[in-house]
Amino acid sequence: MREQTNGADGGRTPFLRVQGLNAWYGESHVLHGIDFEVHEGEVVTLLGRNGAGKTTTMKSIMGIVGRRQGSVVFKGTETIGLPSNRIARLGLAFCPEERGIFSSLNVEENLTLPPVIAPGGLSVETIFELFPNLKERLKSQGTKLSGGEQQMLAIGRILRTGARMLLLDEPTEGLAPVIVQQIGNTIRRLKQEGFTILLVEQNFRFAATVADRHYVMEDGHVVAMVRNAELDQRMDEIHEYLGV
Amino acid sequence: MMTFTIFGVSSVALFGQLLLGLINGAFYAMLSLGLAVIFGMLNIINFTHGAQYMMGAFVAWMLLDYLGIGYWPALVLAPVIVGITGVIIERTMLHRLYKLDHLYGLLLTFGLALTIQGLLRNQYGASGLPYAIPDELRGGTNLGFMFLPNYRGWVVVASLVVCLTTWFVIERTKLGAYLRAATENPTLVQAMGINVPRMITLTYGTGVGLAGLAGVLAAPIYSVNPNMGADLIIVVFAVVVIGGMGSILGSIVTGFGLGVVEGLTKVFYPEASATVIFVIMVIVLLTKPAGLFGRNA
Repeated sequence: MREQTNGADGGRTPFLRVQGLNAWYGESHVLHGIDFEVHEGEVVTLLGRNGAGKTTTMKSIMGIVGRRQGSVVFKGTETIGLPSNRIARLGLAFCPEERGIFSSLNVEENLTLPPVIAPGGLSVETIFELFPNLKERLKSQGTKLSGGEQQMLAIGRILRTGARMLLLDEPTEGLAPVIVQQIGNTIRRLKQEGFTILLVEQNFRFAATVADRHYVMEDGHVVAMVRNAELDQRMDEIHEYLGV
Repeated sequence: MMTFTIFGVSSVALFGQLLLGLINGAFYAMLSLGLAVIFGMLNIINFTHGAQYMMGAFVAWMLLDYLGIGYWPALVLAPVIVGITGVIIERTMLHRLYKLDHLYGLLLTFGLALTIQGLLRNQYGASGLPYAIPDELRGGTNLGFMFLPNYRGWVVVASLVVCLTTWFVIERTKLGAYLRAATENPTLVQAMGINVPRMITLTYGTGVGLAGLAGVLAAPIYSVNPNMGADLIIVVFAVVVIGGMGSILGSIVTGFGLGVVEGLTKVFYPEASATVIFVIMVIVLLTKPAGLFGRNA
């Protein structure tokens, strides 16, 4: 890695620390010992080309890949041997790339499905303030919503749970610019409210508007860490990694 | 009693067969409901279901014969006991098969059904054991147009209540939302903090318990014998296919509906009464392969 993460935030204990993380799908070795950390209140992105291992990293943190090794410590608890339901109950919430809206549930049921695991989650009214479209379509089948509305629902439902760390996998993928802007505003507001966010993004321009730091991934490795403030100086390097 | 004829058939015969159809339909509905719940959640075609229905009747008989525990307590105890055996089967055997083709689950449960039937046949014979109707439900009621045996009326009402309660729990409660969501994407539901493996175990136990409950209800009508489930399960699978695999509402409506159709066929064209359900199944498979209430229908 071109720049080490240690000490990047004044030696504070990280909210999430990933060390030597390996992951496999069947026989396929996808992550090769990745290291990174996220501090409380930060928005951190994982950048990289298709197949770099960003989504697998998210799934490995949640414990939903075939096999994983290494260390994932969340708020001081080692999670590598825990099943995904217990990881979620530590305060991690995952919004998957494919959004994971359930077709047999209406919008209201989708929204209230994840159990509240700690106090301090957003109320349903606050979620409707963030995403007014959802309120109007409460009784609609979840998968009948537009792509943008489904993304709002997928993000909205994890805000209720009281989880303080959100893993958002490509929340802007395939969405209209106006919806991307709305999701950007939401992420900034969540950061103001103290949420910690790990974001997988292919849309580098979007990531630059919301994140504090960026980790660049390539072939299952973390190859660079860039602070948002350094983006201008290191733009050529980032373009080279991302193939922009 | 007032009697009249409809299409040349006496009203007594017609309503008698309709009642018989409703009673058969009640058992079809309760059994296919359990099968639908299990298939939806576990992706297992539970061929043991007929044997578990029979176990319900046997447990009720054993409770009475060995321990002197009567019908009403057995109505609660037998489904719980059969449900616990289901939990043991799921934990020790079925959970190893979830990632394999449906065929493996079908073969395992079919083998289990034959084993359970064989063991009970060896112990108690195949001729059937009597189980008395509880005193409170003996006799019948004259409805004016037909004579209704009280116990049979009770079976229809109890079955309807159980079916509608199950439908309500699955379609209208938070627990039901978890079940429906886990049927679609168990990995994501678990990553939300739900213990999906435990939910699967309890779902199987509950589905099997429903079969046990149907067995207790059936014991005073059909007598208790090791083949009572095997005789019924083929028809119940046809009901599930017609209603739509995994469809709760489909199981209930189709179960009662086909029971009535079968009863009416006995009145108007008795020769076809044993095959009418399978003819309907063929027609439904050709026109709506996912079943009348299936998600892809």
